[in-house]
Amino acid sequence: MHLDHPVTLPQRHTYSADPHRPDGSPRALRIGFGGPVGSGKTATVAALCRALRDRLSLAVVTNDIYTQEDAAFLRREAVLPPERISAVETGACPHTAIRDDISANLEAVEQLEQALGPVDMVLIESGGDNLTATFSRGLADAQVFVIDVASGDDIPRKGGPGITTADLLLVNKTDLAPYVGADLEAMRADTRRQRKDLPFVFTSLTSDDGIRPVAEWVTERLAAWRAGATR
Amino acid sequence: MSRTALLVLADGRFPAGGHAHSGGMEAAVASGTVHDPASLEAFCRGRLHTAGLTAAGLAAAAATGHDPLALDDAADARTPAPALRHVARRLGRQLLRAARATWPCADLDHLAHHRPGGMHQPVVLGVVARAAGLPPPEAAHAAAFDSVSGPATAAVRLLSLDPFDATAVLARLAGECDAVAATAAEAAERVASDGVAALPAVSAPLLDITAEQHAALAVRLFAS
Repeated sequence: MHLDHPVTLPQRHTYSADPHRPDGSPRALRIGFGGPVGSGKTATVAALCRALRDRLSLAVVTNDIYTQEDAAFLRREAVLPPERISAVETGACPHTAIRDDISANLEAVEQLEQALGPVDMVLIESGGDNLTATFSRGLADAQVFVIDVASGDDIPRKGGPGITTADLLLVNKTDLAPYVGADLEAMRADTRRQRKDLPFVFTSLTSDDGIRPVAEWVTERLAAWRAGATR
Repeated sequence: MSRTALLVLADGRFPAGGHAHSGGMEAAVASGTVHDPASLEAFCRGRLHTAGLTAAGLAAAAATGHDPLALDDAADARTPAPALRHVARRLGRQLLRAARATWPCADLDHLAHHRPGGMHQPVVLGVVARAAGLPPPEAAHAAAFDSVSGPATAAVRLLSLDPFDATAVLARLAGECDAVAATAAEAAERVASDGVAALPAVSAPLLDITAEQHAALAVRLFAS
């Protein structure tokens, strides 16, 4: 009975980081969404689901701190059918569940894929955390870090692993800048300095189509992932 | 045997999902039963001599090489609360995932294949200990310590308890942990002649009841 590859692949960190499912078909691309509390992670995930659900088979895993509020919000807003949304409990340590001990999240992702059949992309939303909370490469293939202008326009200058290393940085809620006295140009300059060649976008999800640059980036990642997985 | 393998397996940072579980501590804190180092110690002592002893026996028997599927049935019989069965299988699945990457071997693949829904965590722990080259008494030690280390860590987060106090509680329980592990390992030696009935079957009814209540809560920090 063939259970698994006899040799651990060099790029393989866990038993689910293989880009293929046991039947040889490519597994879903997993994109992590991290960032501080209230920066708009759930709103970003909801907007992405609305923008992409007609074209792609999507699923969402949320990591709440002490409730299932984010999962409940996404279900209530009906951004996806309820069976496509799963919640993970994190024992008061949201960063542990996405970085140091990813077993519960991996399990949630795999159960969704098993139950739903072929899934193109799983969006994994971290619990609100601090500027150092990043996703393990064993869990997420790519990660998006979400900060917002209302939390202080010095956040890009402060940096931290989320801001400097995420595959995409969102600076969200630009519509609030005039009301909170945030200097968007200074934020942009600081962000460019911190990110070097890595991409970032300034977003306002309250505007029509505000999610579009994120949806485009995610779609490009999926195309690149598929090209790599079928090589 | 490699003693370091035991340290790897028993390390609270071993990525097997335990950080999201409090071993009944969240319910005990909510009811006021645990509120300071002394009540934490009493709770841990009680858990060690009940759920801890039972788990240690199962782990030692699995590490001996007895049929893990039969031991899983024995674990079911020793776990009357559905919520705790669910948790034990989930933690067993997560431990198996981490262990298959850490100590890859056919025995662990066998478990994953025969019980895709997960086996009770203490049984998996025993099979993993065997895969890591650890003898049954060491598997019993890992299970006994696991029964108190998780709740103690959870108490630090739930009560903002002084972490030095919580660690001192674990140190004070070390001798009792050793004794529980020894009792469990001796019982496991009798499984070959007497069957799984030789294994400890000590339960903690209050932990069973509060686990069911906790599982029904809408707002909680820990999964159990």
